[in-house]
Amino acid sequence: MKVPGPLKELTHYRSAVFGLLIIGSLIALAIFTVVTIPYDEAIQRWRAGEEMWGDYPRNAVPDWFTLFAGNKLPKTLILSSLDGSVRKESQAVADDMRTADMKFTFDYTSDGFPSELNLFLTGKSAQKKPLATMIWKTPDGRTIPLGDVTVGVAERFAISTDQRLSLKLDGRAPEVGLFAQPGTTAKGMTPVVQKGKYELLVEGLTFEKDSTLDAKLVVYGQAYGWAGTDHRRRDILLALLWGTPIALAFGFLAAVGSTLTTFAIAAIGAWFGGWVDATIQRLTEINSVLPTLPILILVGTFYTRNIWVILGIVIALGIFSLGIKTYRSMFIQVKEMPYIEAAHAYGAGNLRIVFQYMMPKIAPVLIPSFVTLIPSFVFLEASLALLGLGDPLLPTWGKVINEAYTNGALYKGMYYWVLEPAALLMLTGLGFAVVGFALDRIFNPRLREL
Amino acid sequence: MASGVLTEKALSRPKIGIRIPDTLARIGKYVLYRSVALFVTVVIGVYLTVLIVNMGGYLDTIRIAQIREQVGAGVLGDPTLQTLPPSELRKHIDELVVLEVQRLRLDQPFFVRSVDYLVDALTLNLGRAEIMTSNSGSKQVRLILLERIPATLLLSASANLSLFFGAIFVALFLSRRYGSWLDRIVIAMAPSSTVPAWFYGIFLILIFASLLHILPFGGMVAAPPPESTFDYTLSLLKHMILPVSAIILHGIFVSIYQWRTFFLIYSSEDYVDMAKAKGLTARTIERRYILRPTLPPIVTSFAFTLIYLWQGAIILETVFAWPGVGRLLYQAISIFDVPVIVGNVVLIAYLLVTTVFLLDIIYALLDPRVKVGGERRA
Repeated sequence: MKVPGPLKELTHYRSAVFGLLIIGSLIALAIFTVVTIPYDEAIQRWRAGEEMWGDYPRNAVPDWFTLFAGNKLPKTLILSSLDGSVRKESQAVADDMRTADMKFTFDYTSDGFPSELNLFLTGKSAQKKPLATMIWKTPDGRTIPLGDVTVGVAERFAISTDQRLSLKLDGRAPEVGLFAQPGTTAKGMTPVVQKGKYELLVEGLTFEKDSTLDAKLVVYGQAYGWAGTDHRRRDILLALLWGTPIALAFGFLAAVGSTLTTFAIAAIGAWFGGWVDATIQRLTEINSVLPTLPILILVGTFYTRNIWVILGIVIALGIFSLGIKTYRSMFIQVKEMPYIEAAHAYGAGNLRIVFQYMMPKIAPVLIPSFVTLIPSFVFLEASLALLGLGDPLLPTWGKVINEAYTNGALYKGMYYWVLEPAALLMLTGLGFAVVGFALDRIFNPRLREL
Repeated sequence: MASGVLTEKALSRPKIGIRIPDTLARIGKYVLYRSVALFVTVVIGVYLTVLIVNMGGYLDTIRIAQIREQVGAGVLGDPTLQTLPPSELRKHIDELVVLEVQRLRLDQPFFVRSVDYLVDALTLNLGRAEIMTSNSGSKQVRLILLERIPATLLLSASANLSLFFGAIFVALFLSRRYGSWLDRIVIAMAPSSTVPAWFYGIFLILIFASLLHILPFGGMVAAPPPESTFDYTLSLLKHMILPVSAIILHGIFVSIYQWRTFFLIYSSEDYVDMAKAKGLTARTIERRYILRPTLPPIVTSFAFTLIYLWQGAIILETVFAWPGVGRLLYQAISIFDVPVIVGNVVLIAYLLVTTVFLLDIIYALLDPRVKVGGERRA
């Protein structure tokens, strides 16, 4: 198979090869995402709440941060009596009254404190609810009572937010105080992690025949996965992955939609001339002064934030773009060429001449501007998302940045939250722009010498 | 640069024999034509805004709610009506509202109303905000908007002017040394302009505010504002560094690249070779034979930069918490203050058109074709 000329020429530009590599890997990533995580599942998971993401740490940095941080960041630890990782001991105490004791033992070897500590209790009872008493044991043998709770159907015993416990631990947050070496928690000191074997004892009592009590301890880490998590404990990787096909599809469709229509309209105007041409010219001038972004903002505010509707409006506003003037001047030259006269002479219809003779002639000129347009639409979507007008259902890169921004990620030092989607946006932008610039030089010989 | 060109033209005028009144008349005609065309554009843009906003009946709902509030306040504040029972009072209010709705022609068909709204918007009769107030405490949308314009102007004017002149200056320099390593770096960096200014802004904030703590995160002056004018200006300048740099970073490489290519194309023209052969100095050639014919396209491109930046300012100001028109729009969206949103869009449409109009006039002064067109007829 013969490689088409321009594409072969493109490989002469080192930057363009680099750009093509970026575009290729983004497309591969997009296909991988769409195949492995179906559209509906992605939406459903991204919009889910605690029931889906409850065991994930809040605002955790990506795992690879450990490489830069120097010390070992804790990962999330989950122990549960439901999946058998913790044994439950049950003894009869009196009629229908039984104990349900659970011992959560784990080795804590990390240099950092956990980010949160939660105990999820589930119980089954008809009338008399089971009772659970929690006791914390540190490696050096101290025991700290954590209190007790009657368990309905499902109870969250949030150890981290227990104010009274915090007061007992020199005012430190429980997840720090419970894991710190004694004597380092006083005011003005930096708490140091005490490594070793910890134990949480849950002493349960059930008061009915069929009543049960189960517990799950989650020691939330500070690092999670490839991309970290956000303020709602969601895995940011999901948004980054799904953002890829959305960004590419949005950019590509918007670019195709607006350039092709612009191109066709310019050809029609140049061929028919007269009032058709004049109307097109005036419409272009009006369109160039229309505030595109504010119009999109209005639509997003008053009607819908659906990304595909926004895409349609972007295309509609792009139809009479300024490209018409450039293409028109080229078409006017083409119109005078002998082969068009020949086509006209043997009786080709107007539309046939426009679509089959004139447009293919200068179609190559379209390619560079088309390629450079794609990232500008990708960024347009991100801009709208940054204003809070992103698609309400789909996770996109822009929406991740928006959420990071509204949650003060930069103030709080959660840079990964902004940097990850930003890096992907930047890669997309640069990849397409570099290829577009190289194509521009290939198709505009005048630029090549310079 | 522009003034130099103008004086040169003034000197050369008698020689070529163009009579000044004629030129003025033609430029006047051109300006008139453009202003009519642009006015039509504004009307269409604003009408589109009215249509978009009102399709869900939002404007009507707001108008009627405002009328109800005003009438209600009037009736409840009237001591002579205090003795009426509540049900009677409500009936009285309803009657007054109906009257007022009829007086303001809100019961008319949509087309009539849309024209009313259009006229209101065009005359900047933008109504009252629902929640927002201006710094002076007024709820007039017009006042809220006017208050924000200087901030936006300050930011975009300083950034864009320095970007524009800086780029041309560097481009001229590079076109003399094309092929040098500096030239190649600029070419290689040109694609970086696909990334919008607000995006660079986020990175700049991250580096200079978040990590290094040497520049503020955003805002226009320190809080509380410094007392003395000197300190105030200093604080203002400090707050301007990052947003201005973001705009310049975004635009500088591609502008230099475009101008440099453009200058190179023009400097390969035969008349430039001719001028060189005549032994003119490099500076004269640059000014008279390269810069002069490229001025009209330079101005056009400047116009487009401005158009994009008026819109780009919305997000840049949001990112930098800059208290301009753009951030106002963002704030209005987040609290759903509809009159402010509509007023803001109308204002942006006006700003866009004013920019284009001013540049059109400059264009008319610079482009010889506008004058030559008349000469042929004479």
